[in-house]
Amino acid sequence: MLTVSHICKGFDSKAVLKDISFQLDARETIVILGPSGCGKTTLLHLISGLEKIESGRILIDNRAISKPIPDVALILQNYGLLPWKTNLQNVALGLKIQGVSRKDRNTRARKILTDLGLAGRENDYPSVMSGGEQQRVAIARAYASEPRLLLMDEPFSSLDAITRENLQDTLLTTWLGTTVPYLLVTHSVEEAVFLGKRILILSGSPASIHEIFDNPGFGDIAYRRSSSYYELIRSIRHRIGEYW
Amino acid sequence: MIFIKRIVVPYVITILVVFLVWKVLAILLSRNVLPYPEDAIHAFLSALLTSEFWHHFAASAFRAVMAMIIGWGIAFPIGILMGSSHQVDKFLSPFVSMTYPIPKVVLLPVILLLFGLGDFSKIIIISLILGYQVLVATRDGVRGIQPQHLDSIRSLGANKWQLLWEGYLPAALPHGFTALRLNSGVSVAVLFFVESFATTEGLGYLIMDAWGQLDFNAMFVGIFGMSLLGVILNEGSNFLEKISCPWY
Ligand SMILES: Nc1ncnc2c1ncn2[C@@H]1O[C@H](COP(=O)(O)OP(=O)(O)O)[C@@H](O)[C@H]1O
Ligand SMILES: [Mg+2]
Repeated sequence: MLTVSHICKGFDSKAVLKDISFQLDARETIVILGPSGCGKTTLLHLISGLEKIESGRILIDNRAISKPIPDVALILQNYGLLPWKTNLQNVALGLKIQGVSRKDRNTRARKILTDLGLAGRENDYPSVMSGGEQQRVAIARAYASEPRLLLMDEPFSSLDAITRENLQDTLLTTWLGTTVPYLLVTHSVEEAVFLGKRILILSGSPASIHEIFDNPGFGDIAYRRSSSYYELIRSIRHRIGEYW
Repeated sequence: MIFIKRIVVPYVITILVVFLVWKVLAILLSRNVLPYPEDAIHAFLSALLTSEFWHHFAASAFRAVMAMIIGWGIAFPIGILMGSSHQVDKFLSPFVSMTYPIPKVVLLPVILLLFGLGDFSKIIIISLILGYQVLVATRDGVRGIQPQHLDSIRSLGANKWQLLWEGYLPAALPHGFTALRLNSGVSVAVLFFVESFATTEGLGYLIMDAWGQLDFNAMFVGIFGMSLLGVILNEGSNFLEKISCPWY
């Protein structure tokens, strides 16, 4: 469903990404694991159409991406909620931009907020929500337009450990229920192993994909307590120790 | 309840303090130079019951409010455009930088020549002074908008107008209103200046006329009236800011 082939990107004269290629299937999830500053955000912005690619091609369902489209939802690093909109308005914004009537978009936004455990918080502003709650609103916002692909930029990095695992569970449960494919970038090996059916290691400067790990145990909430989970974390850590 | 606590109490305390200091000064100086505060207040309260006072008050309020509406209405959109568009900014910013440091009151003779001695000129000069402040504050506020908020809106497929409406406009509102509120005092000051000539209406006229007749109590009626007008303009813009920026 998503095909990234041979993309390169730089800012001014500094090359950031070099020859990135991979494919994401419609029933799959990919986590891209890379250290801070290696170009993860840049890669997601390219795929979402926020930034222009220098060379290479990005296809979603065989259509080239040149600007953001409603079929692709992006959860930005630091949530990307607008402080001047209530939670309900934030969640409904994508639908509003697509021209959905106020009544319909609010009904849909309310339902998603309720599904994510935020009933009663519709008219609060993001500034009064905790980090975990804000991330729930951001997830609700992403699912509101019924995207065909979800892009997430270190969605859980700034949360405490308990909240993070809670939200990782929520994300996985949602995926199991809807199977909207997602591409998530993170610098956390644990998160990558819990949330990625495949794990791509991004590193170097300019960054490229160094290695791909299959993750047969993926897709089970109880995965975190299994030995194969720790086994994979250990071997990924071992491998990235050589080039991070 | 909140209204009483936030608005009434501070004003009451201020009035009491001013009253005391004034009283002491009036005793130290002499009654001829500075009337006793109770005399001035008495004159003011009696004036509040006359239609003449309200006639002058309404004339001043009309000029000030019109100037704020015109100044804000023109400057705020330009500020947003300058802050959000490089092309517009490149085109207009040399003009703004060159004219911003000029004290706008020096343009008064030009404006009087162009628009005559009537209300229109008075309103124009106030809105010009106010408008510059609003323009610069709005422009800088829009420039300071976090890029991730814009990315967030663009990532949903927004076009240019939707980006303006959902992003730049709400981000700019608090800046525009804060500038309006902070400069409501300046508006009243300029109002006094432009009402001190070529008019027989307004609080400024009232003050200058009483001064000419050495009627100090009447002079303070005008001064209190100005103060009342300033408070109303200040709280009015504060109120506008509150209802249009509830997240702030
Ligand atoms: N808009 C930009 N202009 C110039 N350089 C940028 C820009 N965005 C990112 N970079 C640079 O690209 C590199 C990768 O950044 P980023 O994609 O944010 O990394 P990550 O998300 O992995 O931490 C960094 O060196 C950063 O300084
Ligand atoms: Mg990043």
